[in-house]
Amino acid sequence: MNSAGDVAPDAFQDALIAARLCAIDPELGGIVLRGGGELRDAVIAELRTGLPTSAPVRRLPSHIDDERLLGGIDLTATLAQGKRVTRAGLFAEADGGIIIVPMAERLSDATVGRITAVMDAGTAATERDGVAARYGARFLTVAFDDGIEPEERAPAALIERVAFWIDLTASRALSLHGGDWALDPPATEALLAIQRFYGGTPAVQAPDEIVSALATTAAALGIDSARAPLFALRAARASARLAGRTTVADEDVLLAARLVLAPRATRLPMAPAEPEADSTPPPPQDSDAGEDENGEQAPLEDLVLAAALASLPKDVLARIAAGTVRRGRPNNVRGAGARQKSGVRGRPMGARAGMPGGGQRLSLIDTLRSAAPWQKLRGTDGRIAVRRDDLRVRRFETRAEALTIFAVDASGSSALARLAEAKGAVELLLAEAYVKRAQVALIAFRGTLAEVLLPPTRSLARARRSLAELPGGGGTPLAAGLNAARELAEAARARGQTPFIVVLTDGRANIAADGGSVRAAAEADAKEAAKAIGTAGIAAAFVDISARPRPEGAALAAAMRARYLPLPRADATTMHAAVSAAQRA
Amino acid sequence: MSFPFSAIVGQDEMKLALLIAAVDARIGGVMVFGDRGTGKSTAVRALAALLPSVPAAHAGYQDGTARKGQVPVPFVDLPLGATEDRVVGALDLERALGSGIKAFEPGLLARANGGFLYIDEVNLLEDHIVDLLLDVAASGENVVEREGLSIRHPARFVLVGSGNPEEGELRPQLLDRFGLSVEVRTPQDLTQRVEILKRCDAFERDPAAFTEIWRRSQRKTQNRIAHGRAMLSGVTIPDAVLAYASRLCMAVGADGLRGELTLMRSARALAALDGVENVGTVHVRQVAPLALRHRLRRNVLDETGSTARIERALEELAA
Repeated sequence: MNSAGDVAPDAFQDALIAARLCAIDPELGGIVLRGGGELRDAVIAELRTGLPTSAPVRRLPSHIDDERLLGGIDLTATLAQGKRVTRAGLFAEADGGIIIVPMAERLSDATVGRITAVMDAGTAATERDGVAARYGARFLTVAFDDGIEPEERAPAALIERVAFWIDLTASRALSLHGGDWALDPPATEALLAIQRFYGGTPAVQAPDEIVSALATTAAALGIDSARAPLFALRAARASARLAGRTTVADEDVLLAARLVLAPRATRLPMAPAEPEADSTPPPPQDSDAGEDENGEQAPLEDLVLAAALASLPKDVLARIAAGTVRRGRPNNVRGAGARQKSGVRGRPMGARAGMPGGGQRLSLIDTLRSAAPWQKLRGTDGRIAVRRDDLRVRRFETRAEALTIFAVDASGSSALARLAEAKGAVELLLAEAYVKRAQVALIAFRGTLAEVLLPPTRSLARARRSLAELPGGGGTPLAAGLNAARELAEAARARGQTPFIVVLTDGRANIAADGGSVRAAAEADAKEAAKAIGTAGIAAAFVDISARPRPEGAALAAAMRARYLPLPRADATTMHAAVSAAQRA
Repeated sequence: MSFPFSAIVGQDEMKLALLIAAVDARIGGVMVFGDRGTGKSTAVRALAALLPSVPAAHAGYQDGTARKGQVPVPFVDLPLGATEDRVVGALDLERALGSGIKAFEPGLLARANGGFLYIDEVNLLEDHIVDLLLDVAASGENVVEREGLSIRHPARFVLVGSGNPEEGELRPQLLDRFGLSVEVRTPQDLTQRVEILKRCDAFERDPAAFTEIWRRSQRKTQNRIAHGRAMLSGVTIPDAVLAYASRLCMAVGADGLRGELTLMRSARALAALDGVENVGTVHVRQVAPLALRHRLRRNVLDETGSTARIERALEELAA
């Protein structure tokens, strides 16, 4: 049924197939669609045709609050009826249908945690505001990933739980009319096939060698999660069912390998399976994982692996080549950090008078308590009369979270030894930030550009790793480094965090903002960038790590309105002490 | 219906830690760290099905009235997004609104009393809920002073947490509360991985039939836990073994007495599980990584894993 013969299948077609498979077996979890614009609507439409017409569809916006998500007390009804009335949340409402998550790359970790818990359990547990309830909540998740940068992706914990990851950004259908890409046979016939196989028919059989072929392929591609081969097996069964088979055939397995396993690959097999066209070298990672795929392989396993390899998405290949694929991308490799909303969470601080809404939650008990003394005066008959001035909302104390941004000069002029000391100091500061539960971010600048090696995170493991991987050498694009630091700091401030920039450099800028290597322009640009930080009023410290500090460093620090810390011979410990003293000041 | 505990492939350390916690509640719970898709929460939830029943007087909310009979060991899930009033308990709204009665509606801590409190993705739990848990876990008693209520009730539970360290670290104070900590990885052995896939698939397709196949094996594990519980108080630790445990704690630089205490208790629980009346150094060695790895004086940036440090110390002591 798929057009695997003549042309390489387009991502859009894959997405439509994935939608059909999901409709057949909702346990496949759903689909993550990266990019794709209007094509995504076609995918949703395809999915809906496969589900009963009554199947609910809900959108889950990234700013959703717990009350709406998990359900809780229905305030209006509770007050009107004088008894507790509960309301189901979005998860429960979507039971048996679809949840669409637009801008999935911007979901907060907290929301992701709630979604994944429900996906795992198939039920939504509400333990909120005096309500303890459990609702059935089985749904398909279709996440739209609108990230542009390679590291802006839908959260790993979420996509782990859906079978299909499809990148529509390069789909040929984008430039055509989606309609020209309809699947063959058309939807109605496919649906008839589904109907035929839903009721009464025995489950689709999967021979043992198919099961082991999928497990073997997953292992060979460096896919560690046990969910991946399970999804692949389900997808193969669904594909067989769609085609009207009662036993999984080779083509079903190949399809599953292509759609489920290939996008999850974290490495190319080391055994001489199918040499890739551009012979990407296997990345040097996971030394503990290399021994298992040398065993004798049945022909089917070779086929499945080859199918997966032939359809490795381009970005997966690029990431493998760059060695940046790790087992599962961490959750917070995304633009947005932790949300800080003082009306929503944090340490409760009691209640105050005010209207609920806009993120402020009603404190029911306090409201009722404030209404109680007036009941007689208001002359009510058993019903509680609550007036506007009785309303109380909850208050929470959230400490503004600190974010320390390290902008580290990794150029050739910062001699390697100095760089090592700087790394040491950053590590110590990281350790301190960890204890205080502050976030850290790391920017390195060298060659012609600055790179955010580590977006704001609290994970020490990741910080340590990206620091260890920090290479040295090349020119000093100081302006680029400072600008990157400022942008990160401003974004953090917009989220309610308190940023603090620590620049570690020798101050010898020689690459201008446009990448040119005219020294004068480079210095002027650096000064400009420093001034921008000063004007923005972002707290900063400027650590001059050159062996013989010169006036340029001090001048830059002054432009930034930063503490100037010339530390020519300081070791990591001294550097750390000086910077943390500056941060406290 | 949850996946049968006995059918979990590999992951011996995690299974051992959970069994130990099931035998001796005083060990202080288990924290399971691991990558996605390694079966962390599957294993924890599977444990619930294996727990023997306990006297009703020691389980669930105790409001002071005498309770008779046996009830299943409570196993309570603390979902993310739970609010404080549901965790500690609060004024019963229904009755307050309906009939103006001030009554206490027990929370999750009360329900977990005498049993297990499980938090998946524990590193995403809000700080103020963590504070509550720490306080109650330390005292074994939940004190509610809110909304005009003044109530205290026993809340002794085994805290079980799971999480992925990539998604944020755990607060040191909370980590310290967990008696045992486990790190799970995906097995790299191909036959194991094929077996995992087969069993998960079989379970998903027909949970009842799969559970039936594993029933005998489940019952064996269940008996092992029950025997272990019964034997526990009779298991003794020879002085030589105590000295060995202390030397080990000193050698690895485990902070505080809690490490030593947990090490001894879990060694004893392991001996009870094995049906042995005297704890030997072999038991201490087996549980040492579980009991100590999260208590080493942390150089948070030290690349050598805690497990490696413990293994080194064990080797040195053996030499």
